[in-house]
Amino acid sequence: MIETENLTKRFGDLTAVDSVTLRVDEGEVFGFLGPNGAGKTTTVRMLCCLISKTGGEARIGDYEVGKDSDSLSIRKLIGLVPDNVGLYEVLSAYDNLDIYGRLYGCTEAQRKENIRRLLELLGLWEKRDVVAGTFSKGMKQKLAIARALVHEPQVLFMDEPTANLDPEAAKTVRDFILDLKREKRTIFLNTHNLDEAQRICDRIAILNTKLVATGTPVELERLVGNRKTVIELEQASDPVLSALKKRFPDVNVVVEGARLTMDVPDPEKWIPDVVEAVVRAGGRIQYAAVAGSTLEETYLKLVRRDE
Amino acid sequence: MRFSQSRIIMSKDFKTFRRKKNILYSTFVVPFAVSFLLPAVVWYSDHYGKNGGISAAELPVILPAFTFLYLVLAGFIPVTIASYSLVGEKVEKSLEPLLATPTTDSEILLGKGIAAFLPAIGVILSGATIFMGLMDLVTHDTLGYYFFPNWNAATVIFLMVPLGALMSVEWNVFVSSRVSDVRIAQQVGALTLLPLAGIYIGGEINLIPLGDPNNLLIIAGALAVVDLLFFYLVQATFQREEILTKWR
Repeated sequence: MIETENLTKRFGDLTAVDSVTLRVDEGEVFGFLGPNGAGKTTTVRMLCCLISKTGGEARIGDYEVGKDSDSLSIRKLIGLVPDNVGLYEVLSAYDNLDIYGRLYGCTEAQRKENIRRLLELLGLWEKRDVVAGTFSKGMKQKLAIARALVHEPQVLFMDEPTANLDPEAAKTVRDFILDLKREKRTIFLNTHNLDEAQRICDRIAILNTKLVATGTPVELERLVGNRKTVIELEQASDPVLSALKKRFPDVNVVVEGARLTMDVPDPEKWIPDVVEAVVRAGGRIQYAAVAGSTLEETYLKLVRRDE
Repeated sequence: MRFSQSRIIMSKDFKTFRRKKNILYSTFVVPFAVSFLLPAVVWYSDHYGKNGGISAAELPVILPAFTFLYLVLAGFIPVTIASYSLVGEKVEKSLEPLLATPTTDSEILLGKGIAAFLPAIGVILSGATIFMGLMDLVTHDTLGYYFFPNWNAATVIFLMVPLGALMSVEWNVFVSSRVSDVRIAQQVGALTLLPLAGIYIGGEINLIPLGDPNNLLIIAGALAVVDLLFFYLVQATFQREEILTKWR
C-alpha cells in the first residue's frame, strides 16, 4: 500500500530524511519510531504530498508521490491526524467533520452517515453541536481522528495520536486503531510511545534520519540479541551453576535469587539443553521461558548503535 | 480549478468569522460609523454651525472628497478578515490538515480571497448607500437637487472601491501566508492603505483632479493592473512546503 525507495528530503544542507526504503502492506499497522528530529513527521508530510521529496521514490496505492497529477488522488486516498490536532475551535464538532467531508467530495448522505458513525464510535455524538474549543485534549484528539476518517480513507497517517492523553483516552484511541485494523485500513503510526507501538503495531521501523531497522517487535529484539533464557528454580544451588558454566562456558549467567537469566543468541534452540543440564545437576525447575527485552531497550540499543 | 472546493473554504471562513466577534466588529463598525457620521456633521453644521453651515458652492467639492473616503476604507476594511485568513489557520494549527485535503492551492486562495472580499465589499457598499441617501437628505435643501447618485460617485463606489478592496485582500492574503502572528499580519497588511490614502490626499491637494472622470478611470485601470500583479504574486508565492516548514 505504501512503498518508498531511497526516499530523501533535504532542507538546504540539512538532510532530514536519508534514503528511506520501506514497504507497508494493506491492513497493516506500521509503527514509525525515532528520536525527536529523526525525520518522522517529514516522512509523513512527504507521503501526504504536503512537502516535496528531494530524492528517491514513493508510492501510495497506484499513485506516485511527487507526481503533480497524482497528488490529489493520493490525498483522497489518505487521512491525516497531525501532531497538532488543528480543529476549527469556534465550530461545532459536527461542522468540523462536515467541512472535511465536503472537501473530500463525500455526498451529503455519506457525510451524515459517516459523521454519526464515527462520533458514536468515539463517544462524541452527544457533543456534536458543542464547539470544539471547549473539548478536552482527549476529545479533540478523537475528533481529529474522526475528521481524518470521514471520507473513509484506505490509508491513515497518525502523528503521535496518544501524546498528552490521559491513560483512559489513550486506550480509547488505541482500541479504535485496532478497530480500524480490523476494517483492513492501513495505518502509519508515528509514535514515541514504545509500549503502544509494541502493543498495536504489526511491524515497526526505527528512523534516525536513516532507517535503522524494520521488522516485527520480535524481529527487532532478535536483531540486537536482547532475548534471554530465564530459568526459575526452586533453589539456585552451586552444583547447578557449576553444571551450567561447564556446559555453556561462553554464556553469561545472572543469578537473582532462584532465577537464572542467560544471554544466549537463540533462546528457543538452547532451552532444551539448558533444562537438561539443570535437571542432570539435580536442579528442580519451576518454569523455563524466553524473556524478550522491552521494545524500549531494543529501540535504545538500535538508535545508540546507529549514532 | 473547482469552484466547489473554494466555496467550501469560503463558507467555512464565513462560519468562523461569524463566531469571532472582534473580527465582525472591526469589519462593520467603521464603515457604518463613517456613513452616519459624515451626514451628521453636515446636518449639524447646517443647523448649528457658524455662517449658516456649508454653502451650496462648497458642497460639490466636499461631497466627492467624502465619497473618496470609501476608497480608503476599501484598503482598510478587508485587512482584519484577509490577514486572519491564513494566519488564523496557522494559529489554530488547522492549515496542515486543510492542505492534506484534495484541494489545490488556487482553490484555497480563491476561497480565502472571496471570504475576505465579500463581507468587506458588502459592508462598504452598504455604508456608501446609507451615506449617499443620508447625504442627499441633509444637502437637498441647500443644493436644491440630489447630489447622489452621479457618475463620478458611481465610478468611485462601484468600480474603484471593489478594485481597491481586491488589492487589499490579495496583499493581505499574501502577507498572511508569510507571517505567523495575527498582529504582524494586520500591521504589514495595512500597508495597502497607503496608495489609496495617497490618492485621497492627492485629490484633496489638487495633485490629482478627482472631479475629472478620465482621471478616475485611469486610477481604476491602475488599480486593476495592481490587482492582476498581486494575483500572480499570491499564486506564485503560495508554497505549501514553505508555509508548513518556514512560515509556521
